[in-house]
Amino acid sequence: MQEVINRAKELLRDGTAARVLGWKTGDLPYNPEPAYFETEESLKDFVYNGFCGANLSKYMIEASKLEGKTVVCLKPCDTYSFNQLIKEHRVDREKAYIIGVGCKGKLDIEKIRAQGIKGIENIEGAGITDETDILKVQTIYGTKEIPYADAVLERCHVCKGKEHMVYDELIGESKDTKDGDRFEEVAKIEQMSPEEKFAYFQSELSKCIRCNACRNVCPACSCRKCVFDSNKFDSSQKANVDSFEEKMFHIIRAFHVAGRCTDCGECSRVCPQGIPLHLFNRKFIKDIDELYGEYQAGEDTETKAPLTNYTFEDAEPSIVGKRG
Amino acid sequence: MSIENKEFKPKIVAFCCNWCSYAGADLAGSSRLSYPADVKIIRVPCSCRVNPMFILRAFEKGADGVIMCGCHPGDCHYSTGNYYARRRMTLLFSMLDYIGVENGRTRVEWVSAAEGVKFSDTMNGFVEKIVSLGENVRLGDLRCRK
Repeated sequence: MQEVINRAKELLRDGTAARVLGWKTGDLPYNPEPAYFETEESLKDFVYNGFCGANLSKYMIEASKLEGKTVVCLKPCDTYSFNQLIKEHRVDREKAYIIGVGCKGKLDIEKIRAQGIKGIENIEGAGITDETDILKVQTIYGTKEIPYADAVLERCHVCKGKEHMVYDELIGESKDTKDGDRFEEVAKIEQMSPEEKFAYFQSELSKCIRCNACRNVCPACSCRKCVFDSNKFDSSQKANVDSFEEKMFHIIRAFHVAGRCTDCGECSRVCPQGIPLHLFNRKFIKDIDELYGEYQAGEDTETKAPLTNYTFEDAEPSIVGKRG
Repeated sequence: MSIENKEFKPKIVAFCCNWCSYAGADLAGSSRLSYPADVKIIRVPCSCRVNPMFILRAFEKGADGVIMCGCHPGDCHYSTGNYYARRRMTLLFSMLDYIGVENGRTRVEWVSAAEGVKFSDTMNGFVEKIVSLGENVRLGDLRCRK
């Protein structure tokens, strides 16, 4: 972390960049928040640890409009989102100075809480340079220990790899934390009967409070004008009035990023209700992989996205019924 | 007359491309071919105009089935519109299937302006399918239902 701060200070001092986009300490030890740093002194608040899950790529859309370069810290999976935004001409590569920061899996406070750990005061071992596989959680009831691997975000179990897709320099080591198949859960749901599928999604989606956090955080979801903000559309900016709207919002949200979603998992991370939103995105990714060839959004900046492309031999829509 | 004994009349929305299926429906009419009056046709400039939201909206407003008809692949008036529509609809139908909406409620058929017979056959078949599936309850408002 100190290395990143020192380098950021250098870049600010020699005039390469006008600001640094990173994370600062939040009001609790486990919720650092994205922040701009414009002076060397302000960098004392800079923090980079296991809880810095936020993907900073989307902030670069606004930062690209500002004067001067922005130093942005991106983790390996964030660089996919950044690449995707370059492809869509939403960010200016010339305006960004990318520090590829190391990542060994990001932590999910909900996973820690789910293991019965309450009253968390501090967490040791979450630092990026800590050579430990055990998290020491200090609570008001005493210290508890849990393995680091048990507390990582869902997306880190299906890690895309430790390589940064785009960067100007790299600081720190990364680790591939993949230990699961990302389509496992989707395949399990596909095997259910229509009644079971419906009951499952009904129970998950009825939790939705339409806070729009999933839409706002999504780096692929970057339209200036969103269909869900349109006042011609009667479910804009308010809670879902019926079960149809819950489903429609989530289907359309996922559909609008189909083929462009890098599976960064931000939607599931920010959902205050804990809805597994990645299941929608992954269903689209799985279908695209199976029907139109494997495609990883954000891997490069040239290829066409599957939904803006076609071949003469594409499967007919009736294949959905045939696949069973 | 009680509601239970009433025969089920499905509501079906058909999005038809102006350049082919809409004319196909016309031909079916002028050839005196019949198809059920439950099918409500909405004319679109191209099958590619059909936004996934249209289909969801149709279900919300009480449709029991939605069918989209366009030009045969390769015959699009705008060259490539139906190729994009094909990918889009495949993904949308797959997603609807995934959240538990019966797969038979959605369909895509390619019907040209010369295929009046195919148009009426398609519609007859689709209405039959929807009648066998019954009323669409999964994508409507569930608050007042059991």
